[in-house]
Amino acid sequence: MPLLTVENLSAAFHTRNGVVRAVQDVSFQLERGETLGIVGESGSGKSVTCYAILGLVPQPPGRIEAGRALFGGVDLLACSHRQLNRIRGRRISMIFQDAMTSLNPFLRIGEQLIEPLMIHEKIARSAATDRALVMLDEAGISEAEHRLKMYPHEFSGGMRQRVMIAMALITKPDLLIADEPTTALDVTVQAQILELIRKMQNELGMAVILVSHDLGIVSGFCNRVLVMYAGRVMESARTDDLFYHTKHPYTRGLRNSIPALQMKGAELHTIPGQPPDPHHPLPGCPFAPRCAHAVEYCAREEIVMLEAAPQHGTACLRVQKENLSI
Amino acid sequence: MSPSAEPFLEVRNLKTHFPVEKGFLFKRRLGDVKAVDGVSFSLRQGETLGLVGESGCGKSTLGRTILQLVRPTAGAVILEGRLLTALRGASLREARSAFQMVFQDPYASLNPRMTVSDALAEAMQAHAKVPRRELPGRIGALLEKVGLSPQARRKYPHEFSGGQRQRIAIARALAVAPKLLVADEPVSALDVSIQAQIINLLARLSREMGLTLLFISHDLSVVKHIADRIAVMYLGRIVEIGPAAAVIEQPLHPYTKALISAIPIPDPRREASRARILLPGDPPSPLHPPGGCPFHPRCLHAIERCAQVVPALEPFGQSGRQASCIRMREINPA
Repeated sequence: MPLLTVENLSAAFHTRNGVVRAVQDVSFQLERGETLGIVGESGSGKSVTCYAILGLVPQPPGRIEAGRALFGGVDLLACSHRQLNRIRGRRISMIFQDAMTSLNPFLRIGEQLIEPLMIHEKIARSAATDRALVMLDEAGISEAEHRLKMYPHEFSGGMRQRVMIAMALITKPDLLIADEPTTALDVTVQAQILELIRKMQNELGMAVILVSHDLGIVSGFCNRVLVMYAGRVMESARTDDLFYHTKHPYTRGLRNSIPALQMKGAELHTIPGQPPDPHHPLPGCPFAPRCAHAVEYCAREEIVMLEAAPQHGTACLRVQKENLSI
Repeated sequence: MSPSAEPFLEVRNLKTHFPVEKGFLFKRRLGDVKAVDGVSFSLRQGETLGLVGESGCGKSTLGRTILQLVRPTAGAVILEGRLLTALRGASLREARSAFQMVFQDPYASLNPRMTVSDALAEAMQAHAKVPRRELPGRIGALLEKVGLSPQARRKYPHEFSGGQRQRIAIARALAVAPKLLVADEPVSALDVSIQAQIINLLARLSREMGLTLLFISHDLSVVKHIADRIAVMYLGRIVEIGPAAAVIEQPLHPYTKALISAIPIPDPRREASRARILLPGDPPSPLHPPGGCPFHPRCLHAIERCAQVVPALEPFGQSGRQASCIRMREINPA
């Protein structure tokens, strides 16, 4: 049985300017110990998908319109608050892009580290502190005993993210959701943090969902990738298949616009146009207006995810109908 | 135009130090943050220099000091034979039409109450007496140059997406027909697919208009694509400078090596096969820089002498490459 099964998740925000369908019909499965990457540009719905799973979408203005998220036999989207609280922070943990806004600036690091243990495992303070020391050490923070007494502002950006990771993993969760965990960090520090997440994953055997805008990070880190655009999954495949047997024009365009693969001189490949306005969704495939392969029916027919090869889903109508090679 | 033997822009031993004070009434000076600490380089006309480094390395301050938005503590900036660092008041304002800046955040750098056409007209008239009846034509030409439709002129900044706003910011910088453009992280706030559009635009403009471009970024892969030469900064100093392809393919300085190895490549097989240099620790605080080579506490090649000697930029090979590492020749067999 998969660790997490998300089926047909749809979430919307009801704003003054109308309804924004942030996530539409997202489905995926996650096995124990697996690493899933969710890639997309801003507004693609990748973060909202994760927030919805953890019941973190504020309602109102948000609303989970449809779907199930089964985790250990419990539907996270339909269960009671108490049930959710027993799972969040204990069996599923989350880390965010900006560690400073997720740490309490008024509390010492030590207090914040042992809080999840005291809540979820109801162990004595001294035992919890011992675990916190071990955890900080594991997360690569030296002089752990001294650091426990420090406040968040006394740490650098990379160190804060290490503290966040220590905090998220202190309860030994089965699933870690990391939402752009390195976007605010410098590249050399980013490499350290990704290495740390990988090491902890090996030690604890947990599954990881890595949300990122950066295909480069995902290529080295994840077993499987979902590519999202305008609230929908465009392609879902094992990482190698996604890169070497691409089955959606958006994935191809995204990958080709990364300068890392192109030398100076040649014009950089671009995706023309702008992402769609979430307030005014167009019929048909949301990528059609920017797609070089789009034909008449792309702007008309509803898209659905279908398997185009074993374990390789695509929402591209032309790949589905004509077996177009991208 | 200056004779080709003379560089278009020359920066000589430039230093920008910010005092750090404590207390309100009785200020104590705690020391200086040496944001830029002895930087020298020169640029030919039409050349693009990519300036890279991590946050806090002083790359933005260097860009601003060159444009005299921040006045230097010491050193000289010479643009077309003119000593910018000596200019004051009206003469500096007059000189500014030769150099412009594009900032990271296009949301913050445009006045929300001005239409695109007003913003461009203001920039044009600030430096040159453009007759009123010529304005619409010039604005139209400028918008076309940066890839915006003529309808854009009547709109306000909030009606545009991030990428389009950055195009407006570029148009405004070009409104005074500058010769030098400093772009400070111009694509960092944009999505990948939009980034590529803006990079292409800047590359095309510099080619077509003969613009000299100082492109500041934390992202080496972006810089690699647009720059003729690359300069790598660490704690206020340039640690390596040279032709872009050479710096990327065969970095000399241990810091450049680590920086390049840390860039994720969107190719799973190459990602899996390459060796990554993991640097220990964080970049040190510029308020308390380590003695000797500023990089030595994180360097994998550091020896005792590295903590004692401040290395200078020294030439390596024939291709105009320079790096500041006392072990450069040991760790890079020629």
